[in-house]
Parts: sequence; C-alpha cells; structure tokens
Amino acid sequence: MEGIAMKLYDATELALRNLRESLFRNSLTTIGISVGVASLVAMLSLGIGLQQLASRRLQKAGLFNTIVVTSRRDGGFRDQREEASSPAENVPLDEPARQKIAKLSGVAEAYADVRFTTDVLFNGSSHLTAVAGVPFSAKGSDAFDGMQGAFFSSDSAPEVILQKSFAAELLGKNPRLETNENVADLAHPLLQKDVTIRYAERVAAPSNTGEGSGYSVVSRQQTLKIVGVTDADPESIRGPGRARVFLPLKLAQTLHVMQASDLRDTALSGPPTYPSLSVRVNDPSTVPAVEDAIKKMGFSAFSIADATRNMQQFFAVLDLFLGIFGSLALAVASIGIVNTLVMAILERRREIGIMKAIGASDADVRGLFFAEAGAMGALGGIVGVTLGWIIGHIINFGTNIYLERRHLAPAQIWYVPLWLVISAIAFSIIVSLLAGLYPAARAARLDPVQALRYE
Amino acid sequence: MGAALVRAVDGVSITIRAGEFVALLGPSGSGKSSLLNLIAGLDRPTSGEVVVMGSDLAALPRENLAKYRLHTVGMVFQSFNLIPKMTVLENVELPLRFAEIDRNQRVARARQALERVGLGQRLNHRPMELSGGEQQRVSLARALINNPTLLLADEPTGNLDSRTGSEIMDLICGFNNSLGMTIVMVTHEQALAQKYASRMIHLADGKLVDDLPNHPAARMDAQWKGSQ
Ligand SMILES: Nc1ncnc2c1ncn2[C@@H]1O[C@H](COP(=O)(O)OP(=O)(O)OP(=O)(O)O)[C@@H](O)[C@H]1O
Ligand SMILES: [Mg+2]
Repeated sequence: MEGIAMKLYDATELALRNLRESLFRNSLTTIGISVGVASLVAMLSLGIGLQQLASRRLQKAGLFNTIVVTSRRDGGFRDQREEASSPAENVPLDEPARQKIAKLSGVAEAYADVRFTTDVLFNGSSHLTAVAGVPFSAKGSDAFDGMQGAFFSSDSAPEVILQKSFAAELLGKNPRLETNENVADLAHPLLQKDVTIRYAERVAAPSNTGEGSGYSVVSRQQTLKIVGVTDADPESIRGPGRARVFLPLKLAQTLHVMQASDLRDTALSGPPTYPSLSVRVNDPSTVPAVEDAIKKMGFSAFSIADATRNMQQFFAVLDLFLGIFGSLALAVASIGIVNTLVMAILERRREIGIMKAIGASDADVRGLFFAEAGAMGALGGIVGVTLGWIIGHIINFGTNIYLERRHLAPAQIWYVPLWLVISAIAFSIIVSLLAGLYPAARAARLDPVQALRYE
Repeated sequence: MGAALVRAVDGVSITIRAGEFVALLGPSGSGKSSLLNLIAGLDRPTSGEVVVMGSDLAALPRENLAKYRLHTVGMVFQSFNLIPKMTVLENVELPLRFAEIDRNQRVARARQALERVGLGQRLNHRPMELSGGEQQRVSLARALINNPTLLLADEPTGNLDSRTGSEIMDLICGFNNSLGMTIVMVTHEQALAQKYASRMIHLADGKLVDDLPNHPAARMDAQWKGSQ
C-alpha cells in the first residue's frame, strides 16, 4: 500500500472525526442502516428458527443417523430411481445380509426390527396397537429425551415404554385431543404398573419331510412393567404404521412373535428373513454413503435425510425470500448513505480543496469518504444486529404467550446463529462501501482550485 | 450561457532559479493566482508547459501531481485555509498523514515546525481561537512540514495588519535566506515586494509586462525568528 493512500488507520480516524462533526445527520443515516440490518436479521433468523423447529423434532427422535432397510420385494420404500440403478434380482434380507450390512464402514449397528400388532390389556380393557423392539443402544440417545421414568433396566427385562398418546389412551383419554398434556401428568398414574400383551408365538415344529421350516402358532400372554412414558416419537420415520409401545429388543426377539413376513417365508419355503432392519451409523453425515452401499447390495433403504430433502428445499426458498425482503430495507438505507456523503462533499468542499492543495491524492480523499461509508456501515451493522436480536426476542416472546394461551408447548421459532451476526455486519459494510463508491469518486475528482475559491 | 474563453495566464514565459525570491505583482484579475496555481500543480495549463526540477507538470499524472504538491511544494494563502475542526497541531501534521508518516514522528515534526514559527504553546487550540497572524504562522508551519524546495504564497499578508504582515514576511524571508528555499509570492503591494523580493514580475491581463531584478532592502537585516 506504500504510496497509494494514507494509512487505513489514519483514514478511519479522520473519518470517525468527520462523522462526529455532523453527528445528528450521520446518526440518522446510521439508524437507517441499522433498521435495514435489523429487518434482514429478523427475517433470516425467523426462517432459520422455523427450519430448526421443524428439523429438531426429527433430530430429537435420533433418526438422522438411522437407515431403515427393507427387502426389495416388499416394495416398502422403494422408488423408481433405485429400481433402475440396481440389480434386478431379489436379495433376501436374512441374517447373512444383516451381518454384511453391519460390517459396512460407518455403521454402528444393524439389527432386525421386531414389530407386531397386539392387544395390550390394562385395567381390564384391551387396546390394539403396534409394538416395536428398541435396542439397548438407544439408552441415553436423544430418542428418549424428556422421557418420564427410566429406560429399560436390561436388554431383556420384561418392561415397556409407552408413547405419550398411548399412555393417554390407557388412561381413557382421547389421545387426539390431549396430546398436549404434560408427559409427567400422564406418566404418574402409569409408572410401575403392569400391562399384559397378548400375541401369537411361532413355535418351530418338527417337520415331517425333513426340509423347510414348519411351525405352529401358540397363543401367549406376557406381563410387562411400565418403566417409562416418552414425549418424543422415535418411530416417526415409519409413518402411519409406527409403534406406540416399546419393548427391549432382546425380549421382543425371544417372544418369537409371528410377523407378517413369516407367512410369506412359508409360502416360499426359503430360509427365515427379516421384514426390515434398522441401521445406525456413527456419523449422520455418512448416511447417504451407507444408504448407497446398502442399495447397491440390492435392498431398499430409507432415511430421514430423504424425507427432509424437500423440507430443506422449501426452507432454502423461504430464506431466500425473507432475505430479499430484509435486504430491501438495507438497500433503501444505502441510498441514505449516498445522500449523506454527497451532502458532506458539498459542505466540505473547501476542506477537500485544502487537503488536495497540501498534497492529498485522489486516493487519499477517496479513502476518507470510503472510510466514512464503511464506518457507518459497521456501526449500523452492529446496532442493527442488536436491534434485530431484540426484535426477534420480542416476536418469540409474543408467540410463546400466544402458544401458552392455546395450551401449546412453547417453541423457539427464532434463532440467530453466529454466522448470521458476522455476515449481517459484513453485508452492511459491503453495501455501505458500495453506496460510498459514487460519493468517494466524486470527492476525489473535485477540482482543488474551484474548491478553494468556494466560500 | 455562452462562457467566453478567459486567458487567465497568456503567453507568460519565465524561468525561476533555485533560491530566488520572486514577487508576482499586478492588478486584481491579472492572473497572479492563476499562475501560482499552475506552478503549484493545482491547475493544468490548457497549453504550454510548467517545468519544475526537470519534470513537466502539465504532463504529470494526477497521482504524481499530488506527490509533487505533497513533497516539493508548500503553500500559504491569503485566507490561511486551515481546517477549522482540527487543532493547530493536527492541521500542521495533516500533510504527514498523506505522506504516511507514523503518528509519533508526525507529532514531533509538527511541534518542531510550530516552534520554528514561534507557536510552540498553542498546539491544541482551534484555528478560530487564534489571531490572523497566528493562523498564518500555523499555515506556514504546515507548508514547511515536508521540507519543500518551493514555497508558494498567495497574498500571505493580505488579511493582516502591516505589523503582523512584516512578521510573517520576516519568517518567509528567513526560510529563503537560511534554507535556500525558493519563494514565489503573489502580492499587489509594490512596497512589500521591493522590501523582500530579489525579483519582481509584473502581470497585466494575464500577460507578462515586466521582469525586474530587485535588491531587497530587508535582505540585510531580515531576522529569522526560528531555530537560531
Ligand atoms: N475558473 C475560471 N473560470 C473563468 N475565469 C477564471 C477562472 N479562474 C480565473 N478566472 C479569471 O482569470 C483572471 C485571473 O484570475 P486570478 O485569480 O489569477 O487573478 P489575480 O491576479 O489573482 O487577482 P486578485 O489579485 O484579485 O487575486 C480573472 O479575470 C478571473 O476572473
Ligand atoms: Mg489572486
């Protein structure tokens, strides 16, 4: 920079001085920028907050690192794309397949889902619902965040965890109307009570022919202790068929409950297969890669990442629109900068003439006006972010009062990440510098002789 | 508005040697200031050349012209042209900011320059708080801060009474004598020119009418109230 213009520090110092000199006018301009930045921050943080609110529900369920694998012939989650891009043969989803998937890199565990529909008896009345086995590894995961009671004491303990809506149903409440009831209130009368499930056990029978897998079906009952009631819905990935009662996975497996796929296995008289596997990966970012690997093996794979892709697209568009609307105010404010600086040139004509007469270059004068624009942008950015943050808090506060009135859980619909703070201030400075481009150039080209003659 | 072409400086051809003290004389509107601005590199001639120390100012790029004003020329004006919102010290060190000198050095040099013009005590005053003579001393200190080889003064005593005027003239004359600084001073006071200048150039209607050597009366007894 040697010899091109005076030092940045000097330019900034002189600029701040000049800004103080016409404090009122420059404050108004800076407030204009602040309002612009505040509106941008408020808009974007609303978009980000809503997006987080939407994905937090899924995240809480611990599903961002889970892939559900089904056999292709079940047709479960498959779609045209994967149909076209993978082997045509039907690969059975059996124990060797499970072990192969478990060995894929990035996979923490792969287990056969146990899920069946059964009657749950409680206080003499029976309730039909879907039941699912939960691996012991789910203990301490986000999936059971905010649960009342405790997780299973062991992987095969005769215990159950109830989903909130089912707990409400057991207590004779309408689960649809009262899903917003406090989990603690629901859990209180249920914890440590027993429920009984009725199911059909598949018992291996000696085969007369010596081949195939013949079996008979025996009706059984099992009494289980309620240890927990959960608010979250760890099964939300499975759509409408999701379970509302959870058993320890090992226990569920030892019950040998007859599942839908058993019938087909018999029909095909092949080795036993699993209706579906749950695959847990260590790092959510590896989900797509693992999913691809599983699809290459000839299975259908589905993860929450697929389900949220559309959602993310929606929010990208929403953020874009909110950003554009937020920027409009900043654009208007930047016109204020142009106006203020052009006025400053007229006022300081003589001063500019003097500076040029004693040796200021065009670049020095330009730098001075640039520094003023930049300083107003930085100041406006900082004040604006603070203002936006306060506005967001007020909106959030108001929304939560509204939610509370309607007996809904409070929500954080508004979020200001650090990157937004930094980029909003940077954006404000850049816009201000752009606005300063014309006034600075005009000041730099000022003819010193005429400027000095000016009184 | 058909603006008629004004030949503010027309066909003036002069050569000024290093160390000369030139007085530019002439009636109002004769082109004295215009000629001075050409020498100062504040203005460019529509035709002709202004050669200072071997380089033609008329052909110099804007950036180099600014450099020339910064390092080679010091300027003093009739109306002082100090920046009102800056203190005396800040006014004097302003050229050093454009020269990218460090703050500490700047302050030291500005103090020194102010002491040279006898204003070491009023560093933190605003120009408006000083008398005309004191303001002109500040502007002299500012003109000297980059050790120019050429001091250009446009009626430096025009706004001062005769006593303060001669104090300023003594200072300028002192720079000429002891530092060998070349001085070009615009004035319309014949007596002032005769007292101090070594050469008197008369202009009228933008044209050179007279170019006379002078033996200044003040040269012998000029007191430079500076470092000595
Ligand atoms: N930018 C300009 N446009 C038109 N005319 C100009 C311009 N600058 C100077 N002039 C004219 O040129 C002539 C010389 O002006 P200049 O300022 O050099 O006179 P001067 O000798 O310094 O007068 P004074 O003693 O009053 O300061 C004047 O007639 C003036 O009106
Ligand atoms: Mg003049």
